Amino acid sequence: MTELLPRARPDAISEERVRLAAEHVRLAYDEQVVVDDLDLELTEGSFTAIVGPNGCGKSTLLKALGRLLRPTSGQVLLDGRAIARTPTREVAKVLGLLPQTPVAPEGLTVGDLVARGRHPHQNWLRQWSRDDEAVVAEALSWTSMSELADRPVDALSGGQRQRAWISMALAQGTDLLLLDEPTTYLDLSHQIDVLDLVGRLHAERGRTVVVVLHDLNLAARYAQRLVAMKDGALVASGTPAEVLTEQLLADVFELEARVITDPVAGSPMVVPVRRLR
Amino acid sequence: MSVAAPARPAGPGGAPRPPVRRGRAVRIGPVSALLRWRQLAVPAAGFAALVLVAALSMGRGDFPIGVGEVLRTLAGLGEGPQEFIVLELRAPRVVVGALVGLALGVSGALFQTFARNPLASPDTLGITTGASVGAVAAIVLSGSTSAGALLGGLGIPLAALLGALATGALLFGLTWRAGVDGYRLVLVGIALWSVGTALTDWLLTNAEIYDAASAYVWITGSLNARTWSDALPLTVAVVVLLPLALAASRVLTLLQFGDDTARGLGVRLAGAQTAVVLLAVGLVAFAVSAAGPITFVALVVPQIAVRLAGGARPPLLASGVLGALLVVGADLVTRTLLPQALPVGILTAAIGAPYLLWLLVRGRRRSTV
Repeated sequence: MTELLPRARPDAISEERVRLAAEHVRLAYDEQVVVDDLDLELTEGSFTAIVGPNGCGKSTLLKALGRLLRPTSGQVLLDGRAIARTPTREVAKVLGLLPQTPVAPEGLTVGDLVARGRHPHQNWLRQWSRDDEAVVAEALSWTSMSELADRPVDALSGGQRQRAWISMALAQGTDLLLLDEPTTYLDLSHQIDVLDLVGRLHAERGRTVVVVLHDLNLAARYAQRLVAMKDGALVASGTPAEVLTEQLLADVFELEARVITDPVAGSPMVVPVRRLR
Repeated sequence: MSVAAPARPAGPGGAPRPPVRRGRAVRIGPVSALLRWRQLAVPAAGFAALVLVAALSMGRGDFPIGVGEVLRTLAGLGEGPQEFIVLELRAPRVVVGALVGLALGVSGALFQTFARNPLASPDTLGITTGASVGAVAAIVLSGSTSAGALLGGLGIPLAALLGALATGALLFGLTWRAGVDGYRLVLVGIALWSVGTALTDWLLTNAEIYDAASAYVWITGSLNARTWSDALPLTVAVVVLLPLALAASRVLTLLQFGDDTARGLGVRLAGAQTAVVLLAVGLVAFAVSAAGPITFVALVVPQIAVRLAGGARPPLLASGVLGALLVVGADLVTRTLLPQALPVGILTAAIGAPYLLWLLVRGRRRSTV
């Protein structure tokens, strides 16, 4: 079970240790530059939300952090080592990622989907060890999906499906987790459900989490650190209270808004007034 | 982090919890696997049926031999004329048919899984058409031009093999853009298919009537007059490529997901995609070279196999065995039940398509055991 619990003592987390870093990263699709000369450091045990308007490059940045997109210049470092030169299988044992709209093949059951998360730990001889089974069972139970293990993924509701995918990422047993808009297409209660799950992964399992989120209030409520992007550049980084200011909302989101205190969580909360310009 | 969800209990005691995964875990020392009986039973039953149909097929002809006698002969207990008839005259045809079906079934399963599209098959992707261009060119042009004479000198099987491999290379080269996208593969394939069809038609229209007739028989796919020398290259190809395809099975399971998910789980995407496409093209090229483009097997058999064996992707081994069964069975029917002996390719389409439709109508896609 040690693979599912990367650290027995959450207090052993060294919060100064940089796990994942982008150094002067320039990201482009064909000729079009989306992100230019960006630096970012993600420390161990942190919970970071990347926010910004549509098309600001936040998902692109997340892809680069998860070695899905190779920077045209600069580099991404995983535990101080260039991720592009690290074997992808080794990366997969440390870093898990959940794409924005993952697709599962038709007819695949939840149990089989979650079991695919064990791939980096398996080989041709070891295809379904006791460890694999125990980790998958725990990942299912942790996401409350055990009862649905036998259901095809395509027969699930949106919220259940997202739980199944998170369960797979959990079974992968990585201590870094990158999630690209995990709440897309979910109603508010299921958004809370998914983010609670991610929050527990961070708080109880010591996972280092990076999540791209659209909803600023949810980002401020769940993440310890916000990173705001605009036009492919990093414009602000810090605690939610430091980042979510009325001035920043005007500059980055072109939004006139009031920032009040969330009466439930105590985090900053954005109340939009109107769009500027 | 100020909001913490209440910890959920590990599972209520009420309804019985399903197992993590269906199937039986087999673990011996460091080796472990999950076995599902349908995924073993389908290839096993298919193989038993194949042996029976093959024996029947080797028994039928101008000199009828009973199934028992055929099996005895195959086991090395036959004698004199029977041994010659079974082993030298009839076995090569059946063995070539079985290997062709096997190669086509596996190749179709590889393409369909990889492209995440049940319409992807060597037929629709133009590879068999490429083989036809090669073969027809060798037949038709051999008398007219010097290049044609060279092509004719290669012989039809080699020309077909080159045609298929060249089309496979084109398909791969035109699809490749820092990886192979399944959707793009199908589009490029359809384009190549139509170019190949046009070329074949053009060659046929300009051909001498006798050449056109023999080319036409080749295009339909036929097992007539196969000898052991026809079986040899295909046997070598299957012996080399089939184990590689089975070894790629683990990665294939992940290629079914989106590219990002597959890479996130540690798949070296470009390498894995290249390997799968090369294996699929190689298998189909040798199959088509040996028997002509026996259509529909690669398209329909993997879909039948996945519905019989269950699971989320066409199973490679079951697709191969059922492909062999379909080709050998269709060949037996064309030779015995029909009033005139037809090329086997006509019947594979005629049997395969209605069966697939029936399975689709019954719609038991989801039932996995």
